[in-house]
Amino acid sequence: MSEKIATRDAYGQSLVELGRENSRVVVLDADLSGSTKTKPFSQEFPERFFNAGIAEANMTGMAAGLAAAGMIPFASTFAVFAAGRAFEQIRQSIAYPGLNVKIVATHGGITVGEDGGSHQSVEDLAIMRSLPKMTVLCPADGPETAAAIRAAAEYHGPVYIRLGRGKVPVVFEKGCQFTLGKGVTLRDGNDLTFITTGLMTAEALQAAAILGEENIAARVVHLATIKPLDVNLVLKAARETGAVVTAEEHSVIGGLGGAVCEALAEGYPVPVERVGLRDVFGQSGTAEELLAHYGLTAAHLVEAAERTLARK
Amino acid sequence: MLTHQQIRELEETACHLRVEVLKMLHSSQSGHTGGSLSAMDVMAVLFFQRMRHNPSQPAWEDRDRFVLSKGHAAPALYACLAGSGYFPRDDLKTLRRLGSHLQGHPDMRKTPGVEVCTGSLGQGISQAVGLALAARLNSRDSRVYTLLGDGEMQEGQVWEAVMSAAHYKLGSLCAIVDQNGLQIDGAVENVMNVGPLGPKFLAFNWHVLEVDGHDIGAISRAFDEAEAETERPTAIIARTVKGKGVPFFEHKASYHGVAPSDDELELALQALSLH
Repeated sequence: MSEKIATRDAYGQSLVELGRENSRVVVLDADLSGSTKTKPFSQEFPERFFNAGIAEANMTGMAAGLAAAGMIPFASTFAVFAAGRAFEQIRQSIAYPGLNVKIVATHGGITVGEDGGSHQSVEDLAIMRSLPKMTVLCPADGPETAAAIRAAAEYHGPVYIRLGRGKVPVVFEKGCQFTLGKGVTLRDGNDLTFITTGLMTAEALQAAAILGEENIAARVVHLATIKPLDVNLVLKAARETGAVVTAEEHSVIGGLGGAVCEALAEGYPVPVERVGLRDVFGQSGTAEELLAHYGLTAAHLVEAAERTLARK
Repeated sequence: MLTHQQIRELEETACHLRVEVLKMLHSSQSGHTGGSLSAMDVMAVLFFQRMRHNPSQPAWEDRDRFVLSKGHAAPALYACLAGSGYFPRDDLKTLRRLGSHLQGHPDMRKTPGVEVCTGSLGQGISQAVGLALAARLNSRDSRVYTLLGDGEMQEGQVWEAVMSAAHYKLGSLCAIVDQNGLQIDGAVENVMNVGPLGPKFLAFNWHVLEVDGHDIGAISRAFDEAEAETERPTAIIARTVKGKGVPFFEHKASYHGVAPSDDELELALQALSLH
């Protein structure tokens, strides 16, 4: 896990490859193409790239129109603007008709860093998950992002993909498989399960290794698809390990933790602790400082695991 | 240029469409009467004279597109679609009923001939821009028409879309503003004065025309002029009367979202039969 790649960089590369393979792939951005990494696509396919300017609502509507005419639009901006500013356009123009638009939101979560809480989306997964017909993805690393972007392009329907700003440890092999709606068990164990998404999966693997030294066998289940949730895998983990710790770079309300708790409450209740932002906004700081400040590190996951085990 | 005969036929068509709208709204006992009637002449010219479309093949790729950005005028659209043959006229009676393909606002997944989902104001024109961009990418000469309300022009997204259509030089896009001067809470100029619209479109580098939105010949000529302009998108500001055709509905904001009662329907149909 020494190599680090930003998921947005993997997205930029994947877009260019998709653009070469399929002339129906078009890309929209809202004046952030350097940051969202849609710029390489815009340079290779200028006729298929539409910069909406600083006008996310119209970008979202144009993407819907392009999809209604059979194109495969990828629309990108920061997560706060994609899921926040353009929410109702996503709802009415894309999700309601189930149009084939991929909303790729970069700069999700607190690792946006220095720009501060105004630019750190801690609620986008919850917002997008609540929309009927919407698929919601949050890949762990660069290779998985590449696979997820490809899977999203092959799937017909609206998809929200949350990516990050900073470089994150590589968890998956290059060329890994990605199946929408399926989680992956990255480490086996029967004492408890970490169910994680995005960059928290790498932290969970570290936490599981630390717990292993204490003879606690922690399972790590990575859910890059927040919706539709891999309910079977979640219930199986609860049945076989009896305790669950969820972790996400997002509010504990409505995102992965919320989704897992809903599934467990209905299907197989076990002690759960949700690691994430506890109903607060972020602030300025480096990504590392913020992850530590808000309790999103392997060390915090170990503590959460121990608390949860005590409730078994 | 339309002949007198063609103009008279389209006027009759528009009158029939108004009758359909009133019957449909009477049957559903909910829906938007005033704004459906004000837009009827423009839409009659589009569906029964101007647009290339094929009701037996709704997905024909070379068709012109119509986007009802003021989606609450859905009854006007449904009357045009049924009249064109996209679905049986009998279906109109099911407007807004559970299970009907005729939803309160246009739904592309349910109704043949509806291009996109609209109803949340300001969003249709953005989708129309997207449709026009796609037609250009696919090297098709389809034209895209979108009809907006003048109250709708208060939505910021409309001006984002207006800006983008000019930026992309979408000569194939024609936006018609159904300027009936009224919105739910009263006169547009009192609620939030968005006028003057023509100079605003001009400032955004659009080709701008202003017409009497109930003069079939003038509407058709405006569409001719719009089609002759290939560089800039065209805005047609159509001056209209809310509730047009039914004297006791005309110029009344109170009939924005109210369906006719039994008595009102009878009187309205009498008024239309006198035309």
